[in-house]
Amino acid sequence: MKKIKFLTLALIISTLFIGCSKDDDQQPQPVNEEEVITTLTVTLVPEGGGATVILQTRDLDGDGPNEPVITTGNLAAGVSYSGSIVLLNETVDPAEDITEEVEEENLEHQFFYTSGDDLDITTSNENLDTDGNKLGTEFTLVAGAVSSGTLTFTLRHEPTKPNTGIDDAGGESDVIATFNVAVQ
Amino acid sequence: MRNYVLLVLLFSSITSLSQNCDNSLSGKVTDIHDGQLLTGVTLIVAETDQAVQTNFDGTYSFSNLCNATYYIQVSHPYCLTKGFTVKVSGDTNKSFKLEHHIEELNQITIEGKAYSDNSKTLHENTINKEELERFSSGSIGDALKSLSGVSALNTGNTVVKPLINGLHSSRVVIINNGVRMEDQEWGAEHAPNIDINSVSNLSVIKGAGALQYSGDAVGGVIIAETLKVPVKDSLYGKSLMTTTTNGRGLSLSSQLTKSYENGWHATLQGTVKRFGDFEAPDYILSNTGVYERNISVKVGFNRFDYGIEGYYSRFKNELGILSASHLGGARDQVRALESNIPLIIKDFTYTIKAPRQDVTHHLATIKGFKRFESFGKLNFQYDFQRNNRLEYDIRRGDDKNKASSDLQLDTHTVLLDLESHLTDAIILKSGIITKYQNNFANPNTGVRRLIPDYDMYDLGLYFIVDYQLNDQLLLEAGGRYDYSYMDVFKFYKTSFWESRNYDQRFPEIVVEELSTQILTNPQLNFSNGSGTLGATYAFGEDYKLFFNYSIASRAPNPSELFSEGLHHSASRIELGDLSFKSEIAHKVALTFQRKNEAFSININPYINTISDFIVIEPTDVRWTLSGEFQVWEYRQTNAQLLGVDVDASYAFAENYRLKSQFSLVKGYDRTLNVPLIGMPPVNISNEIVYQNSEFNNIRLALQSAYHFKQNNYPNTNFEVFIPETEIRQELDVSSTPDAYHLLNFSSSIDINLNQKSKLTVGLWITNVLNTSYRNYLNRLRYYADDLGRNILLNLKINY
Repeated sequence: MKKIKFLTLALIISTLFIGCSKDDDQQPQPVNEEEVITTLTVTLVPEGGGATVILQTRDLDGDGPNEPVITTGNLAAGVSYSGSIVLLNETVDPAEDITEEVEEENLEHQFFYTSGDDLDITTSNENLDTDGNKLGTEFTLVAGAVSSGTLTFTLRHEPTKPNTGIDDAGGESDVIATFNVAVQ
Repeated sequence: MRNYVLLVLLFSSITSLSQNCDNSLSGKVTDIHDGQLLTGVTLIVAETDQAVQTNFDGTYSFSNLCNATYYIQVSHPYCLTKGFTVKVSGDTNKSFKLEHHIEELNQITIEGKAYSDNSKTLHENTINKEELERFSSGSIGDALKSLSGVSALNTGNTVVKPLINGLHSSRVVIINNGVRMEDQEWGAEHAPNIDINSVSNLSVIKGAGALQYSGDAVGGVIIAETLKVPVKDSLYGKSLMTTTTNGRGLSLSSQLTKSYENGWHATLQGTVKRFGDFEAPDYILSNTGVYERNISVKVGFNRFDYGIEGYYSRFKNELGILSASHLGGARDQVRALESNIPLIIKDFTYTIKAPRQDVTHHLATIKGFKRFESFGKLNFQYDFQRNNRLEYDIRRGDDKNKASSDLQLDTHTVLLDLESHLTDAIILKSGIITKYQNNFANPNTGVRRLIPDYDMYDLGLYFIVDYQLNDQLLLEAGGRYDYSYMDVFKFYKTSFWESRNYDQRFPEIVVEELSTQILTNPQLNFSNGSGTLGATYAFGEDYKLFFNYSIASRAPNPSELFSEGLHHSASRIELGDLSFKSEIAHKVALTFQRKNEAFSININPYINTISDFIVIEPTDVRWTLSGEFQVWEYRQTNAQLLGVDVDASYAFAENYRLKSQFSLVKGYDRTLNVPLIGMPPVNISNEIVYQNSEFNNIRLALQSAYHFKQNNYPNTNFEVFIPETEIRQELDVSSTPDAYHLLNFSSSIDINLNQKSKLTVGLWITNVLNTSYRNYLNRLRYYADDLGRNILLNLKINY
């Protein structure tokens, strides 16, 4: 009986020690959000010279209550632009270039460009992944007749490749950025 | 103690008197556990070979005894024979206590909490060992939902969370082997961390009346108990193996117990389950595999008046979450809802990929009891739990194999309680509970903490009095007080902090301002009172009426207080509120019971009125770079739930029985006058069972379960911008699935291998007709059908 009492006591005390031994770090560390994409910038450089068009959406608080800040631009009718997309994580300093990650994992990513019915533009000539399927961080955009509407850039993670477009691509949307654009 | 001294003095003063041999010795024999009078007990006086038996009222009487010391042997078929030394002087009265070993091995208890005294005025629903074994390859939630009034909140088929009378998560308290589970139960996609194969008795109390466990069980209490070990020399065990066609998997479980007559016992138990992708009738549910590994050890020493037990269990579960349910923003949701089949269907595999959960739960407990003649039975318990929860999302780059949520919850609890028989009719239970809890959220995940780091201290005090007024009427009253203090370190997004005006309301809690975040140190106190008042009235041969009123108070949980951001597994932004107060529930439950071999019925209507009920509901749509997300905000309101549960069992012919169940619950937000979200629809089930104990105990059963469509639900639809058409389209997330009907078949037969071993072979088919259906209470119902037909073969060997 004495033995049992002693053993019990010893066990209880030892468990209390285990429990109380990790109180050293009082203040928690902030989390660096490594994956967040805060900023998407589409740069459209007219082939043969002219003003570069920048489309940008920037949401520094991510899923916080502030709305993204959107900068848009207008395209010149009949002009062909060479486009490129840059993704940034600006919650860390210096900002992290997420495009590099996307290009490293090019087999698992693809950009899609969707224009509203009224907007007369066409996209083509996307850059390719290592399997020869579309990746789309670089592309060619041709502005047609004078018109206006929305232009949406969607980055899909783990889409079905190859695909015929966004409708049968599947996957999960990592980025969706919509701009009101006019062709003048 | 003083009484002993007096007795000794008394006896010693009498022995010196002259020899006188016409004394009588009389008294009664009772069960040491519950004071029940034992009939048919044989008492033999060793010196004279006189033998008598106790009457129907448990009394005995010897005559013609001298003033001397006698050795008396007391025996009973279901008790361990005991010897007592009795000093007779004059007409002596002496009562004996025996430990009543009921025929079944598992009925002997080391502690007083045999399931019958959880609450005496609330009707309990129980699942026994045989029924539990039928769910051996499933989860504890699967077994619980076979009870009336209990449903399950599913995340796919692998995360099954019990829902009692419409309430779940923090409102349902789960007690495992006497320990309150602290396993991050607040999350709707967090299943209880208990191995169903370690449980030999599972009961549900649909109310807060069991105050010895908690005062905050607004929904109810689930009690899982392990196998009880007899005090005799024995070695026994069982092994169970189940293979299934759906999931193409195997579940193996074994248990071995060694016990000694001197009271020592040890039990070792383990389970391994491995399943691949499950299947709906028309397709594979990709990434829904499970890999579960559990072990438990129990060692104890058990005597009539004292005992001690140590128990350790480790539960580890890895499970996949349906690939097609992992979405970006609302536009992905539009695509998923427009498709009749999941957007991702791959070939069958056992591999579990992200999104997945990997949960480990350790539970260690030491408990002991000692009976004191003078003031009752004292129980002591210390337990330690560690819950480590890893959630993996589909991620990019270096984070690919890193968990996006890594939480460790440690809990220490010390519990002391006393059960005293104040008189033959009045039992008082009282106790004190202290608890310390620490939550640590690993910052290396690279994702902001969903649940912040905190320390929590709890103190609880309770008492429950039972008063057996007469043979018919029992009254019960109880009260409990809980105090809890939370010391939290929480990072808020500066934009959220300001949008909520927290910068003006709580400026004193700011510790440090970083570039985009603010570190705060909220310190919260909650004082909660709870109580119960009830009566049980027995009438006629078979009838009983239970009445119970209980008041329960629940402090808001960390998720309700501190959520502030994207909850990826729910594809929505969730926002809590720092200023929440405790919710208070008043529940009135009535049960009419007829218990009889031929025809039994329970009818259990109830009404639960909850003030400051914490609900989460959609309030807004927020734009992020991944598109729009629905914002769900917690708020406090007044709610009311009413319903009725009915169970009936009718033996309509020899060996045949019809079992029926019906559950209905309606929930309303009384402030806004709208239905509550996520209430179980009405369901009704009927089962015909044929069982013949003379023919190898063959059992055949066919069950029909009908689940109605839920017609009472709030409208939580919202609009989403579609780039192709440039219009805003309504996303219907609130409509409920159609009614469905399932047929289930089960059969089993016992084969005696030798004197000590028995083999039971079982064949079960669930969803016999391979019906395609979606269940309103499955959070993944938008993305895929529920499980198709499953054929299970089960082998059990008792040895």
